[in-house]
Amino acid sequence: MPESIVNILDIAIGGLLLGGIYALIAMGMSLQYGVARVLNFSHGEFIMVGAFSTLTLYTVVGINPLICLVIIGPVIFLIGFLLHRTLFHQLSLRAPNADAYAASSILASFGLLFIIQNLALLGWGADYQAYTYLNFGVSIGGAIFSANKLVILGFSIGIGLIFYIFLARTRTGKGIRAAAQDPATASLMGVNINRVLALCFGFGAAMAGIAGVLYSMRIPLNPAMGTQYTIIAIIVIVLGGLGSIPGAFIGGLILGIIGEVVTSIDPSLSMAAYYFIFMLLLLVRPKGIFGK
Amino acid sequence: MDTTRFKSKGFYIPGIITLIIFAGLVTLPLFGSLYNVILITTLLMYANLTVSWVLFSGLTGYMSLATAAFFGVGIYASALFLPITGAELPILVVVLIGGLASSIIAFGAGALTLRLRGIYFTIFTFGLVVLIMELLNWWELSVNKILNRYIMLVDNNYIFYVMLGLFVLVMLTFFFIRRSKFGLAMRSIGENEEAASHMGINVTMVKIVTFAISAFFMGATGAIWATKLSYINPHEAFKVLISFLPVLMAIFGGMGHIYGPVIGAVIFAYLQETLQTKFSEIYMLSFGVVLVLAILYMPHGLVGLIQKVWRRISGGKRVHT
Amino acid sequence: MYILEGEGVTKYFGGLAAVDGVDFRVDQGEVVGLIGPNGAGKTTLFNLISATYSPKPGIIRFKDIDITHKKPYQICRMGIARTFQMVKIFGNLPVIENVRAGAFFGKSTSVSSANATKDSLELLEYMGLSQVANTPARDLTLANQKRLEVARALATKPELLLLDEMMAGLNQAEVAGAMQLITSIKDRGITIVMIEHVMKAIMNVCDRIIVLHHGKKIAEGTPQEIATSESVIEVYLGEDHHAGSE
Ligand SMILES: Nc1ncnc2c1ncn2[C@@H]1O[C@H](COP(=O)(O)OP(=O)(O)OP(=O)(O)O)[C@@H](O)[C@H]1O
Ligand SMILES: [Mg+2]
Repeated sequence: MPESIVNILDIAIGGLLLGGIYALIAMGMSLQYGVARVLNFSHGEFIMVGAFSTLTLYTVVGINPLICLVIIGPVIFLIGFLLHRTLFHQLSLRAPNADAYAASSILASFGLLFIIQNLALLGWGADYQAYTYLNFGVSIGGAIFSANKLVILGFSIGIGLIFYIFLARTRTGKGIRAAAQDPATASLMGVNINRVLALCFGFGAAMAGIAGVLYSMRIPLNPAMGTQYTIIAIIVIVLGGLGSIPGAFIGGLILGIIGEVVTSIDPSLSMAAYYFIFMLLLLVRPKGIFGK
Repeated sequence: MDTTRFKSKGFYIPGIITLIIFAGLVTLPLFGSLYNVILITTLLMYANLTVSWVLFSGLTGYMSLATAAFFGVGIYASALFLPITGAELPILVVVLIGGLASSIIAFGAGALTLRLRGIYFTIFTFGLVVLIMELLNWWELSVNKILNRYIMLVDNNYIFYVMLGLFVLVMLTFFFIRRSKFGLAMRSIGENEEAASHMGINVTMVKIVTFAISAFFMGATGAIWATKLSYINPHEAFKVLISFLPVLMAIFGGMGHIYGPVIGAVIFAYLQETLQTKFSEIYMLSFGVVLVLAILYMPHGLVGLIQKVWRRISGGKRVHT
Repeated sequence: MYILEGEGVTKYFGGLAAVDGVDFRVDQGEVVGLIGPNGAGKTTLFNLISATYSPKPGIIRFKDIDITHKKPYQICRMGIARTFQMVKIFGNLPVIENVRAGAFFGKSTSVSSANATKDSLELLEYMGLSQVANTPARDLTLANQKRLEVARALATKPELLLLDEMMAGLNQAEVAGAMQLITSIKDRGITIVMIEHVMKAIMNVCDRIIVLHHGKKIAEGTPQEIATSESVIEVYLGEDHHAGSE
């Protein structure tokens, strides 16, 4: 295959990989914001915890990272669920109105960011750490890709889609969507709102954790790594329309591809490019591309 | 957000205490150690940012996370005009430039975004910090090929007095705006923006002007603060944490009273200065815990708590919530 | 010259015409009732007059001046004040500050602090709210919150007052008080347009009534004419009568 096509294929796969991870993270945040109404600034910390836990489980205990998915996902789900049941639920009881709740929950989530990040610093130390897994080449049509790249790509998009179908088809999923649209009516129709909100927060956290498990195969880990993903998730969910799950999925893929393309031109510009697009969009179409 | 009114009654004792503290501050360099002068400069820096933040966000209810952007612009003003090779302009002029540059950016950003509602505004202001930082970073590295900028040394007492001067200015501004017609307009907006606009209040203008005033003080504070840092780069100048600290300090101190934000800033900044170097992680961890607890259990801040306790002790006529 | 006049006033929300080509005229000094079933577009019409939205298409004139593209605060300063169906008081501010805000900013000329306070105190007296002048507005009863909204609107020194369901949720005695208030405001020379579901009140205090249905004006006339109009009866018989209760 000619060099240029290999290059383009490389960027495309890289973009989809990054996009798949972004999509997972953003879908998680979108659930937390769109349904539970918490703009969670500690979202990225759950990615970091997922990633570090995988590292520890793999290097110390020897558990295969893909098995880690089914251990860490549920555990982080539970943490998120309980966090909402205690902290955020209490905040919502105390807030006089929706705006006050939005503000106080942002700040509380910022407090969580500090707690989680510094617990991680105490536990895992400040240095970068990494491990290798499935780090061998696989040839697709002559181009060589590392196996873990393809695994991450497959899993992240797969999990994203499964989750989307879960929301669209299952009873719980319908309850969640009803709660997102109109909490008052939904609770009249017999949806247990508090449980649904906590579920959503838990699912959101779990998706971040899963993204962390997957992405840890490819990147060096550090307790401060989470924040940048929080920022990216915020960008993506604004791009896709605050609270729109499909918007978050598609927005994530788009941003990943844009990121990979800009990086291939000038890596120092990729964050600036994200922000530029993001702020332009906020101004021109605050509802986001897919927002109604 | 709490916007309970500052009571003009019981003005006497706080007035005297204020005067004593002020006299102590003005004469501090005469009797205080250099360490104390530097420490109090830091406390004043945080107090300036916190009060400036409350000036806009506390009264209008729009949560701005742009503090770090304006502070950073101020820092950069110093980096450009007060290089180690010698001042290109008098320091006070640079402080003014830092303030003005910030308020111009605030004016522009405000005109664009203050029509956005609540959460979008918050997200936008947060993005502003990182956008400016990333663009500057690119400009410095790719265009100017400068890694760090070195800033000239300034006498610590001089920095202290400029910081104190800014503090007095921001407090006076806050005090008078809050009691003025303009302040009533801001509080109305904080309560119900739609009703305010139908009451004849030009809500957009009020918000933009206040945002710019608050940014002025943030920028000016950044400009003088920069002279304490020997060198800076975009990552040092624009720290996202600086956007959140004033919010926390204001909440911790309580926004219902003019002294609340100051007290919150002073306590937190003091703890930060004394504990952070020794027990960084533990400090930051407790910072998070206190933040969460304060939001949960002290919605009116320390001052609100003290007032409540005080009323109970003094026979508690009516406990305001 | 009409104090308020609209031509072909229209507002779409997505595909739904909330207000659909409505023409209306209000004379100086009149009390005009605006009625219609839920969702008829009454509040939306108020929102168009007070510039929360602008009509598309359509023209609205206030004393022959085109106000179609003005901002809400400009509308207020020209002399149109309003209240809200869902009360929008400044809850954490004391009652007196609510009214002072109106007094300060309502008129385009500047008002001194002392005058704003004096006018506000007078208005509170007039509305029977003097007792609660220093109470945070959120602690008032609904009836008093609605009165506070009227006081705040009056503080802006309007020539035209738009009242949106001022009597909804009030008990019999409070409704009677509100009716008295409207007559008394009229006697001050202020023109009133009021949205109301309480038929007894509408029939008694209005000089003229406009009926909206699905965004369209379906009838207009004196209370007697409206009470006997077939098209109006049809609309109201189509659903349960709101009269009296809501
Ligand atoms: N901001 C909005 N966005 C979308 N649709 C709206 C909006 N405001 C009003 N509508 C719709 O426009 C129609 C007219 O609403 P409006 O509030 O004017 O009715 P109304 O006559 O005041 O009714 P009510 O007696 O219940 O107050 C309704 O179908 C309503 O759902
Ligand atoms: Mg209505």
